[in-house]
Amino acid sequence: MNEKKDIQIITRPTKAEIEQAKINFSPRCTSAGRVNDKETQKTVQFILNFARKHSLFLLAYGTGCGAIEIPATLTSRYDAERLGIRGAATPRQADVLMITGYLSVKTLKRVIRVYEQMQDPKYVVAFGSCTINGGMYFDSYNTIKALDRYIPVDVYIAGCMPRPEAVLKGFAKLQELIQNGNAGNGECYRKNLDWYRANQQKVIKNWNFPDEYNW
Amino acid sequence: MENWLYELTGFVLTILLAFTVGMFYGGLRRKVIARAQNRIGPPVYQNFLDLLKLQGKTTNIHHGVMSHLAPVWVIVAATASLLFIPVLHGGLWFPNLTFKGDLIFLLYLMVFGSLGMALGVGESGNPNGAIGVSRGLSLMVGYEIPFVLSLVAVMLQFHTTSLTDLMHYQQLTGHWIALENPFAFLSALFAVLGMFHYSPFDIIGAPAELASGPMSEFGGKYLGSLMTGGSIFAFVKLVLITDIFLGGAGHPELYTGLAGVLIGLGELILKTFLLYMIPVSIGIVMPRFRTEQAVRFFWKWPLAFGITGIIWGLYHQINF
Repeated sequence: MNEKKDIQIITRPTKAEIEQAKINFSPRCTSAGRVNDKETQKTVQFILNFARKHSLFLLAYGTGCGAIEIPATLTSRYDAERLGIRGAATPRQADVLMITGYLSVKTLKRVIRVYEQMQDPKYVVAFGSCTINGGMYFDSYNTIKALDRYIPVDVYIAGCMPRPEAVLKGFAKLQELIQNGNAGNGECYRKNLDWYRANQQKVIKNWNFPDEYNW
Repeated sequence: MENWLYELTGFVLTILLAFTVGMFYGGLRRKVIARAQNRIGPPVYQNFLDLLKLQGKTTNIHHGVMSHLAPVWVIVAATASLLFIPVLHGGLWFPNLTFKGDLIFLLYLMVFGSLGMALGVGESGNPNGAIGVSRGLSLMVGYEIPFVLSLVAVMLQFHTTSLTDLMHYQQLTGHWIALENPFAFLSALFAVLGMFHYSPFDIIGAPAELASGPMSEFGGKYLGSLMTGGSIFAFVKLVLITDIFLGGAGHPELYTGLAGVLIGLGELILKTFLLYMIPVSIGIVMPRFRTEQAVRFFWKWPLAFGITGIIWGLYHQINF
């Protein structure tokens, strides 16, 4: 009889809850509003997208345990450099921000700063289950559960943790998105900055970002 | 066609040639390193894709005027020093702006880019950049001394400061200065190792220590411009050493016309490629020096070779 007490009774969501869920849902970032997205520049865009997809400078942010798979992907065994993927040392030079694994609230602050320092077009690859729904840290008090509520994400790589093959598959997906012009959400992030800032400030208690700085 | 039209076409072609060859050499280097590490490696044209992508990035960072100008400065310095080097000996197209005494002028012009870069990096206020610049200038103090000593040895030995005269002597007699004064050549080779900033002298842009040092605040178009300038400058250094020590390329009497130019360019590319493989293959197997180790290295054997080169040059003087 005691066991029954623990079971939560799931009821139909109220209207207010549905509205709240809609607000919580991340804004849809599509290819609209891209740089140089004009009909007359289709050929230029095609060539640039080809170059972009074959030259990805990677900023592997070693937030969690998933960072251990990145050296394996980049070095001799799986050799991501043959696909044009190579490491970048600073956010200014990087195209791809990799979030490898769980993000504690403290790290999220740094991730946001790093993301805002990167230059357009920039892409985010979220790595591992932890960035999708919290993974094994689903009930942790100090990690975030869904990354795309804080920064826009282009590609998720599922798994705990994904093998280098899965990482390369994720990059193949990212390349496909780039070629179609559907990747790179920097513009969308700036447009919906209020929504993202509200979410960020909800979890980061000691918010001390400067109000305005060079992005 | 007028003579000045040939010269103008020569300038444009020289810059295009330097850019293309430099970028391909960079790609080849990445390929060679990858093969040495048992990887497939990127395609040789990977650097062109990188450059295209970097130029396609937007930027909205402002640190000050000089930091915007620094990459331009690097390109200007590389191009200017390229135009004062005779890429091919003789002929109308590639002698460029050579004049008597250009060797000394080149010594000054070649450090121009690094100084512009230092000013631009200083303005960005990035501590990694500042450390990188201080390391770069320390390294320059190291490798410039053997380089200058080797050039002075050659100048003393041949009584000339003109690159064209040196090339002319080598083609007239068929004796390379690398064999006429081997110590000066060795000293210059060591200096080239330092100039390329590859391992073990990659202390300036060490990604793991300094987050790529001076480049850390330059992304997008700025990084693309730095890449362009670096590629042209790599070609400049290789052609300079080839011209002084390895006989240069092209022979105005033997090969004439367009075929002569093409044969000359083929010879140049072969020589510069073999020369380029020296710093690259040393870079593959070497770990990184610390700054003081690098400077100390240049002040030992290369310096000794340079001084020996001067003495050798004084004892084997050649008048022509």
